[in-house]
Amino acid sequence: MLLTPFELAALGLSLKVGIASMLCSLPVGLGAAWLLARCRFPGKTLLDVVIHMPLVLPPVVVGYALLIVFGRHGAVGAWLFDTLGIQLAFNWKGAALASAVMAFPLLVRAIRLSLEAVDRRLESAALTLGASRARVFFTVTLPLTAPGLLAGAILGFARSIGEFGATISFVSNLPGITQTLPLAFFSLIQQPGGDAAALRLTAISLALSLAALLASEVLSRRLAARLGRAA
Amino acid sequence: MIEVDVQKRLGDFELAAQFTAPAAGITALFGRSGAGKTTLVNALAGLVRPDRGRIAVDGEVLFSAADRIDRRPERRRLGYVFQEGRLFPHYSVRGNLGYGMPRGNPSDPALSFEAVVELLRLEPLLGRRPYNLSGGEKQRVAIGRALLADPRLLLMDEPLASLDLAHRAEILPFIEELRDRLRIPIVYVSHAMEEVVRLADTLVLMSEGRVAAVGAVEDLTSRLDLRPLTGRFDAGAVIRASVAGNDLVFGLTELTFPGGRLRVPHLGLPLGTPVRARIRARDVALALERPRGLSILNVFAGRVVEIAEDQGPMVEVRLDIGKPDRPVALWARVTRRSAHDLRLEVGKPIHALVKSVALDRQSFSPYSRRGPVEE
Repeated sequence: MLLTPFELAALGLSLKVGIASMLCSLPVGLGAAWLLARCRFPGKTLLDVVIHMPLVLPPVVVGYALLIVFGRHGAVGAWLFDTLGIQLAFNWKGAALASAVMAFPLLVRAIRLSLEAVDRRLESAALTLGASRARVFFTVTLPLTAPGLLAGAILGFARSIGEFGATISFVSNLPGITQTLPLAFFSLIQQPGGDAAALRLTAISLALSLAALLASEVLSRRLAARLGRAA
Repeated sequence: MIEVDVQKRLGDFELAAQFTAPAAGITALFGRSGAGKTTLVNALAGLVRPDRGRIAVDGEVLFSAADRIDRRPERRRLGYVFQEGRLFPHYSVRGNLGYGMPRGNPSDPALSFEAVVELLRLEPLLGRRPYNLSGGEKQRVAIGRALLADPRLLLMDEPLASLDLAHRAEILPFIEELRDRLRIPIVYVSHAMEEVVRLADTLVLMSEGRVAAVGAVEDLTSRLDLRPLTGRFDAGAVIRASVAGNDLVFGLTELTFPGGRLRVPHLGLPLGTPVRARIRARDVALALERPRGLSILNVFAGRVVEIAEDQGPMVEVRLDIGKPDRPVALWARVTRRSAHDLRLEVGKPIHALVKSVALDRQSFSPYSRRGPVEE
């Protein structure tokens, strides 16, 4: 099945946005999950609540908030543009940020669960073998958290492929620039006679989701075998 | 020397342990579960931080509340073999063994990778992963991993507790070999007296967070006042002897000790090997005169030193069967009725009868000469 340029643009953009948002939010998500799973500090509950906000707020509200903060004239957005020359609003980077924020709670939850499941006695065993704290993290904690990282990444990717509300209110619906699959779909069903094209997009989305799920399944099996749980 | 003087409060439990033991051979921490043995070992390793006190090994202070010293566990150079092995599931056996290996050569060539693999017979396991090892194999790998980190002291927290009897019997000889072939002192936590008697030179008796007694295994196990702690059921004496002869015709080994000669089933050890024999109180019978026409090979003349009597039908009698200058303690368990009939009393001359066949292979262990009590 050959894709039209319109479909190719939307699919390519969706993949780009999904992968970028996943890669950038993984380290941050790991840090947040670490804070929540391993540390005790005042305001921990507040942090937990803030991280979970995108899960309960209407996505368009999140997108609008992003526009206020990260827009060309927003507090952070202006600084980013003036010092680093990065503009987020109304381009694909903004779409990636919007999907990353929306997917963040899912990502953190998955990693946190996995971190909490790491047997800390293995970490103390590594310490008694003379390993530094950093080495313990990279050789014991992180590899044992890998299933959670993977699950979080897949969830985050899937969430960002489907992201609509926050994206449309933050970066708008510009064909070829910010028009990801769901936005393209939205445009099509707004037009008279767009049903056939919308159906094709549905098939593409379906194939993409299936591929992502399949990849995660294969990867998690390999990981499980490596970690010695039921091979 | 291992110097420990620590206090630690954990909820309702308080550890207040103080002892000094030679940093040689095996020092056993013995006590019931809940006595604070593991907490104490964790404090040694740096995994538990004491509230107060001081810990030093061979003069090097690892912890001192007064001097604000708390060496991190990764800098203490203490090997730790945990009860549950704690192998890294994502590494192969080879990866686990190599995890703590320092760069460069170990301080002792006996601790090279090849030497440790050979000592613990790990060669066939190297490519495998922890999940398809048996319990005994896991513990061997865990021991090897701790040794390869080149420790100055090896801590073993009930390494046999999670194993069944067959696997215990498989691991014990390895620990004996470790003790005899390497120069690393071992602190061995256990609640099984058989293991302690077989392995240890020094015994630290723990009870309810405190150290009740410290001393040579032979001395503490023959003390009546410590009986409640050392255990009653399989009570017995430990005798240090050495192989004096092997009677191949009858399949016997003759051991010599200050009290005489002890004939036991063939041990297959070379002449002169120091052996520790555990003689259980229930395997010793008493006679007022040297009996004749008797199947029992081992008869020792001695006298009654102590009689432990309670309301039960049994009486435990401590004998001295050594020479005037070299006392050797032996315990006998007889019925109160027999004690009455024989008119046993402290100081009375007596003959102790030990049945050779009652002493099985588990009753003996060759021991290192480096122990705290030199013959």
